[in-house]
Amino acid sequence: MKIAVCVKQVPDSWAEKKMGSDGRLDRANVDAVLNDLDEYAVEEALKIVEAHSPTGEAGEGSGHTITVISMGPERASEAVRKALSMGADDAIVISDDALGGSDALATSLILAAEIKNGGYDIVVCGTESTDARMSVVPAMLAERLGYAQLTFAGSVKVDGTSITISRQTEFGVEEMSAPLPAIVSVVEKINEPRYPSFKGIMAAKKKTITTKSLADLGVSSQSSWSTVKDSALRPPRGAGVKVADEGDGGNKLVAFLQERRLA
Amino acid sequence: MSSVLILVDHVGGVVPKAVGELATFGKRIGDVTAVICSSKSAEIVPQLSAFAISKIIICDGIEFEKHSVGATAQALAAVVAKESPAAVLITSTARGKEIAGRLAVRCDSGLITDAIDIDSACVATQSVFGGSTTVHSTISHGTPIVTLRSNSIEVEAGSGSPSVENFAVSFDGVDKAIVTSVQPAVKGGRPELTEASIVVSGGRGTDGNFAPVEAFADVLGAAVGASRAATDAGWYPHSHQVGQTGKTVSPQLYVACGISGAIQHRAGMQTSKTIVAINKDPEAPIFEVADFGVVGDLFAVLPQASEGLKKA
Ligand SMILES: Cc1cc2nc3c(=O)[nH]c(=O)nc-3n(C[C@H](O)[C@H](O)[C@H](O)COP(=O)(O)OP(=O)(O)OC[C@H]3O[C@@H](n4cnc5c(N)ncnc54)[C@H](O)[C@@H]3O)c2cc1C
Ligand SMILES: Nc1ncnc2c1ncn2[C@@H]1O[C@H](COP(=O)(O)O)[C@@H](O)[C@H]1O
Repeated sequence: MKIAVCVKQVPDSWAEKKMGSDGRLDRANVDAVLNDLDEYAVEEALKIVEAHSPTGEAGEGSGHTITVISMGPERASEAVRKALSMGADDAIVISDDALGGSDALATSLILAAEIKNGGYDIVVCGTESTDARMSVVPAMLAERLGYAQLTFAGSVKVDGTSITISRQTEFGVEEMSAPLPAIVSVVEKINEPRYPSFKGIMAAKKKTITTKSLADLGVSSQSSWSTVKDSALRPPRGAGVKVADEGDGGNKLVAFLQERRLA
Repeated sequence: MSSVLILVDHVGGVVPKAVGELATFGKRIGDVTAVICSSKSAEIVPQLSAFAISKIIICDGIEFEKHSVGATAQALAAVVAKESPAAVLITSTARGKEIAGRLAVRCDSGLITDAIDIDSACVATQSVFGGSTTVHSTISHGTPIVTLRSNSIEVEAGSGSPSVENFAVSFDGVDKAIVTSVQPAVKGGRPELTEASIVVSGGRGTDGNFAPVEAFADVLGAAVGASRAATDAGWYPHSHQVGQTGKTVSPQLYVACGISGAIQHRAGMQTSKTIVAINKDPEAPIFEVADFGVVGDLFAVLPQASEGLKKA
């Protein structure tokens, strides 16, 4: 099997995020990390390969490959390196100045072009990037590629040429199956991502990261189908009231709720 | 007047209030046409007369329950081609956003997700970065497709019965995934989390005992939420998790009990109008976003507050 994992480099969840004057997220001034929800995608890809590998391990000798695909600025290769140190085989970073300000439609167009080039059987994604928080790229990839859409998976089983998942959304749990190829996205309850081992980190240094431009991909991109008109910082929440419970905390709470007409 | 399409979301044939919100937003832009992609249309149609809807289109010919997201997007795209609407509005659920995403690709149209408001010129308002920034955006290409968070607007009542039209579609087989079985989320007697005007949530501080949290929720007529620590421990169903990987809620009042206020939790509740926190630790980060905080033991504070409210 040829497996791809789509990962995104995002600002650290704890970092304060601001809009730049160009109406885009100011990415230059915050620490960037591998989107933590994509770690679950890398882990699940490794698990799929391990389950089908004669040695029980991913990598050479498993008969299967895992390629990490990321679109972003050149430094996205730092985040990609983490996925490689977890055990993925190689990586492709699509980087081009013309891609700045891409929205989900543009991102999915570019990723789909690269996935088509590689002819993957399974593409694993996270359910959401913690910066954009749209949760739409996997569904868009399925639409663009005509791959089966098996998203929000709480479990994944690959059996020869078919794949089965349990889809977990607010509507409940659905069992779904499809023939390969498929786009899968995984929820964070599916597994516990491994920490890269020392051996893994050393091995990752020798793995290939191929950087591609739009010209290499052979696509020209419209960078965005939507426009930010303006953005404003919301006034910070006024410092609230904090009271200590001295046997009357519940009563004070009731008084607050009544004063605000909330109860 | 131009028309606006809204997709009728439902759980087992029951139409949520969120559809009424879509209609209310849609009416600002044009005449509202509700699109039903479901085998349960007979149950759904009568419920729609409660909302400001002028026309209903029932998509016939696809087993939507079997084919999931791809088929609904396909049918909706056909309706868009037929009606040339000014906009398409969909509820911001996991499923709604995926349908919107596939529809945007099919129609080569722009997409805005998780909007909390939209005006007559289709300018959408979003609250991003955990509620710290408000953004106004427009679609610059194609038919605006916008998903809206529930609980964003007061539902306007309908007047009169909408006309009903059947529209034939057939499955094009693009999405080969098949749904083989469904276990709907269990619905308790309490209001739905994303629709409730009050949410009371419990975290690790409950130590597995949600009784005081539920009792307080019940005197307020509130929904019950949980932190990931509580759902991971199996104390409360995952469907009640609030946060980045759970639900996003934006009620009038959010009460966090025994929840530290990790960034991933705050991502799902920070836009609540009023936030109350009860926590033993005066340094807990949840107090940074709370309008009213009680530093104390939830097992003492909540029962006293419940009693106080019952007497009031
Ligand atoms: C990828 C990822 C996604 C995540 N998604 C989510 C998400 O969607 N939602 C979410 O909630 N979390 C999420 N988390 C987890 C998040 O980081 C925190 O671990 C979690 O929110 C902590 O839950 P908690 O506040 O209940 O527990 P803790 O952080 O352990 O806090 C418990 C609090 O209870 C207080 N306490 C204890 N006893 C009492 C008492 N008797 N009375 C009053 N107070 C008491 C303590 O002082 C403490 O502040 C995610 C994490 C990751 C890595
Ligand atoms: N720029 C990108 N490069 C690679 N994968 C991405 C990118 N953006 C999104 N993805 C994938 O799509 C998933 C959902 O992202 P989103 O729709 O942006 O919330 C992520 O978890 C990634 O797996």
